[in-house]
Amino acid sequence: MSQPTQERAITMAILAMGGEGGGVLADWMVSLGEHSGYWAQTTSVPGVAQRTGATIYYVELFPRTPGGAEPILSTMPTPGEVDIVLASELMEAGRSVLRGLVTPKNTTLITSTHRVYSMMEKTSLGDGRVDSDSIIENCMKAAAKFVGGDFSKIAEESGSVISSVLFGALAGTGRLPFSRQEFEGAIERSGVGVAPSLKAFARGFDYAEKILKPAPAGVPIQIGIKPVSVEETKAVTDAAISADPVAAVGARLKKLAAHIRDTYPASVRATLVHGIKRTTEYQDVEYANEFLARIASVYELDLVHGDGSFRLTQETARYTALWMTYEDTIRVAAIKVRARRFDRIHKEARAKNEQVVGIMEFLHPQVQEVADTLPTALGKWVLGSKPVNALINRISGDGIKVNTTSAFGYTTLYILSRLRPIRRRSLRFNEEQLLIDAWLTTVMDVATTNYALACEVAETQSLVKGYGETHANGLANFNLIMAELPRTLASADPVARIRQLREAALAEESGARLRALL
Amino acid sequence: MAERSFKEEVQKLRIPAGEEFHGEGILAVTKALLQSGVSYVGGYQGAPISHLMDVLGDANEILAELGVHFENSASEATAAAMLAASVNYPLRGAITFKSTVGTNVASDALANLASGGVTGGALIIVGEDYGEGSSIMQERSHAFAMKSQMWLLDPRPNLTAIVDSVEYGFELSEYSNTPVMLELRLRSCHLHGSFITKENKRPAFTRKEAMENPRRDVSRIVLPPSSFLHEQEKINQRMPAAIQFIKDRKINEMISNGKKDFGIITQGGLYNTVMRGLQLLGLADIYGNSEIPVYVLNVTYPIIADEVEEFAKDKRALLLFEEGQPDYIEQNINSILRKADATAKLHGKDVLVMAGEYTPAVVTKGLLSFVRMYAPQLITENDLPGIVLPPDSPEHPMAIKLTPQEVHMRPPGFCTGCPERPIFSALKLAERETGKHHVSADIGCHLFSILPPFDIGATTMGYGLGSAGAAGFQDASSDKPVLAFMGDGGFWHNGLTSGVGNAVFNESNQVLVVVDNAYSAATGGQDILSSAADNPIRSTKHPIERAVRGVGVKWAKTVTNTFKVDELRDTFIDALTSKEPGPKVIVAQSECTLNRTRRERPLAAKAEKEGKRVVRERYGIDPETCTGDHSCIRISGCPSLSITANPDPLRKEPIATVLSSCVGCGLCGENAHAAALCPSFYRTQVISNPSGWDRFKTTFRNAYISRLQRGIEKRYEGIEPELVSA
Repeated sequence: MSQPTQERAITMAILAMGGEGGGVLADWMVSLGEHSGYWAQTTSVPGVAQRTGATIYYVELFPRTPGGAEPILSTMPTPGEVDIVLASELMEAGRSVLRGLVTPKNTTLITSTHRVYSMMEKTSLGDGRVDSDSIIENCMKAAAKFVGGDFSKIAEESGSVISSVLFGALAGTGRLPFSRQEFEGAIERSGVGVAPSLKAFARGFDYAEKILKPAPAGVPIQIGIKPVSVEETKAVTDAAISADPVAAVGARLKKLAAHIRDTYPASVRATLVHGIKRTTEYQDVEYANEFLARIASVYELDLVHGDGSFRLTQETARYTALWMTYEDTIRVAAIKVRARRFDRIHKEARAKNEQVVGIMEFLHPQVQEVADTLPTALGKWVLGSKPVNALINRISGDGIKVNTTSAFGYTTLYILSRLRPIRRRSLRFNEEQLLIDAWLTTVMDVATTNYALACEVAETQSLVKGYGETHANGLANFNLIMAELPRTLASADPVARIRQLREAALAEESGARLRALL
Repeated sequence: MAERSFKEEVQKLRIPAGEEFHGEGILAVTKALLQSGVSYVGGYQGAPISHLMDVLGDANEILAELGVHFENSASEATAAAMLAASVNYPLRGAITFKSTVGTNVASDALANLASGGVTGGALIIVGEDYGEGSSIMQERSHAFAMKSQMWLLDPRPNLTAIVDSVEYGFELSEYSNTPVMLELRLRSCHLHGSFITKENKRPAFTRKEAMENPRRDVSRIVLPPSSFLHEQEKINQRMPAAIQFIKDRKINEMISNGKKDFGIITQGGLYNTVMRGLQLLGLADIYGNSEIPVYVLNVTYPIIADEVEEFAKDKRALLLFEEGQPDYIEQNINSILRKADATAKLHGKDVLVMAGEYTPAVVTKGLLSFVRMYAPQLITENDLPGIVLPPDSPEHPMAIKLTPQEVHMRPPGFCTGCPERPIFSALKLAERETGKHHVSADIGCHLFSILPPFDIGATTMGYGLGSAGAAGFQDASSDKPVLAFMGDGGFWHNGLTSGVGNAVFNESNQVLVVVDNAYSAATGGQDILSSAADNPIRSTKHPIERAVRGVGVKWAKTVTNTFKVDELRDTFIDALTSKEPGPKVIVAQSECTLNRTRRERPLAAKAEKEGKRVVRERYGIDPETCTGDHSCIRISGCPSLSITANPDPLRKEPIATVLSSCVGCGLCGENAHAAALCPSFYRTQVISNPSGWDRFKTTFRNAYISRLQRGIEKRYEGIEPELVSA
């Protein structure tokens, strides 16, 4: 037998989620190959994975020679031997690396860097999102060439789907021995949504071509690869606010902002500015004053016991502002009736001018929430009165729908939002103030002996959020941890202990895991 | 109508002889059936051969032109029994289903068929659902071939090889009077490739001729004494005939010239993976020219002893690639070698793996250890493919460590807008009042209930067996009935008798929920008896409730909209607390959203274009009121309900958001109400081409609302910095 030839097939894997068009992309590749004189083979794993699960399509191409023998093509990718990997989403790109499909030896990895969150990330009570930067970094390390970008955005802007952008980026890398026209021919032959697909293809093509050009010295290659995160935008805004707090507020708050500028270090100014705006919007300037008074005493302690980071002031300010603006029916109504909300919903629904938009709210005010909003004495009476309880349950027991775009519905919410002046006398207002002060006292007590622990105690407030049952559970978990605090002080590492308890409370809603730890 | 249409692709079935056919495995198989002069075809859908059924359905017109009868069989047993038409007449018949689950169901009929034998060719195309992407228990169809003595074909994953195997499969069946199983592996079904066509053939002998000139032969019926005769026939006549045919036609392939004193034996289905492994090790080229002789078993049962002995002659060792367990072939070949006093040592599961898929990694590593044992000089040790290197080598393809904590599993789940999701939301709410119940689950999309966020369902015993799986829980001293689930697909497959009839007869107190989404949805949206759609070639619209009442169920209720969570919850509570003896059946009805959207979306777009009033709905979440606790996601699990970064400058945790893929099914609103969630959800209604009344109302409302909004904004003035105007 003669020496085996060294020819090998072009190998390509596509990672996508069910319904994302991975199959269409594979079909285009086959059409491209077959029309350009190649043997083309593709396989996929059909079945339940099509129901939202992750799927891998695999394509091999091999040049035909006239009268030449048919090559033996593989139906499965071999780790380490895949030339091109296309992923429709960042975690899927991560999956291709995890499965060894991407190697620095020969793989061009083309991926969208937007995220479609997994169920695990979505169901967390706190922030369960994985670190995109780490995945991108590993992808870049793993691949010979990496083409990453927010292809989801490009697809949306071109009125097409992600597979068209990926196909364009594939063409743009120049990794395949086919011309741009040959690529476009595959899209044209498919006959479905050709114009928008070609538009998205062109954008993908240009993107890949640009990103693969050697970057000028000193320019980090990551720029533009990942969608700009809200967190990054927030950091930029906050830096501007710290630099000039007065410019960040309106006339009514100029004095307070100047006070913040003159009194507090730059690292906490933005949080304080957000705090005064939030409390003013929620109640009035007087309330913002109360907020700053609360933080002033924490700050004094921070100056004495702190490590110069002012983390305690920062975190306490954050959670004090959030707690002081607790979610009551007045706040919900006030948010629902604002003009900016109407604008946002129109945009989100992609409604055109000639279309009519209606907004329906799903509210479920419970006896407790109604009583919370009423003046203390009246609220207590409502809670105690069986006939009133029954009446409220009859009206809202199964929930009420409010059409905010109708005159009646809007007026109802409008009136609720105008109840702000009676808030200070309401049942819940007074209860919440007592809870806030108790928590602040604890934070400050702990700060004199253990600064890091005081920061943890401050952050534990993050457990208290949501509405109805979720809020009640969160508050119960918060109280459990606060009650555990004296015992924790005696333990070897109280900071770690409190953090562990907080994470346990976030891991599972009912608090069973937290109670198991206690 | 099925989820995927093959109306266009089936036109390829008309390609004249001698041309190159490009397409998927399922189409190639259909073409091969037509080229073989098949007379009738049946089967039951299920991955990986669901689309084969869909192709056949969409090709009905072409089949009819050629005089071929096609049925969507009620079950795999029905399909298998259909092959009885080939017992007495020279009619070629083919059936198809998912295996091993379908073969389990069919095995009674298959065993009877195989006992008496066939006159016309009988082909059983099994979609072997094994390995990655499989949705069932990991077993082999091989056992069925052995126990009933049917011949098992496992062609190379190449369209020409697959098409050939259909054609010689019929011939082999006729030559040896035995039904033949054709194993189509998972990846072969959707394998895109090409082959050269032959002419489609009309069956020479027609069903009409058979029906009008009935024949019988009592010796073909499984009843003593014939049944004893059949066993002798299998061993003394049919098996030798089959072996002769396989040898004469050289169906198994001996590739390469046998230069080396060791060789490889492989199942046909694994051939491409083995050749790729050899290529990566520098022992073969892409055209299959191998330095090591390869014996390809395109027939994996029976194993041809003469061929094995011939191949093993003068060889020190053999490596067998046989996927799955038990290692039937390895045992068989060992026995042949032992009886022949052959000296070749047989390797297989020792250097590969006993359980699990033969992936390129497993195959290449196995090949390497084998060649290192017998001819290490053939291996270029400093030029090995990455996959065979030690896992800690920096050149290993998995050297970059991404952890499962960073790359999460994405198991399949209920689709956006799935009408089955609210059934389980309602059950969760009902259980708040009645307490928890034991739940017997079934096979179908509804089985996704066992996953978070629902965590409902304790066992699943097979398709249509949800009710039967609850039969053991009968105790008069308990007033807590067990719950059983069943899909409409499983119901008509066998559940009506095995479950409902059984529960009536045995006076079971169970509460049975039949999920009626108008299709056999999990397998790709095929029509069934209770489908709501008109189907030109099938009889539909037979209500499930009427069927259960027909077998004696007294308490039966149909809920026609599963999105009415309140109504469904109350129905659950009624059923679970009912004092009525016997089974309580709830038919929970709403059309599969995947099929509904595919049907309705183009219609709505057309109506909008034509200027008709069209209402589109979707849900949304107010980012300012959402506090990011995600409890709504935990009770829904909808793919369109996701998270997004918190725009609130003070909050860190992501908030819930509704993606633009939302179809406005309404469950978020129902859940917000029924579970008293939070006030953040709202529904947006967008009316295209609004009516005059719509426009009048809107003008009035907008004027009123804008006026109040101006007042509101005035009161907020002085908080945000004033915009500097020019």
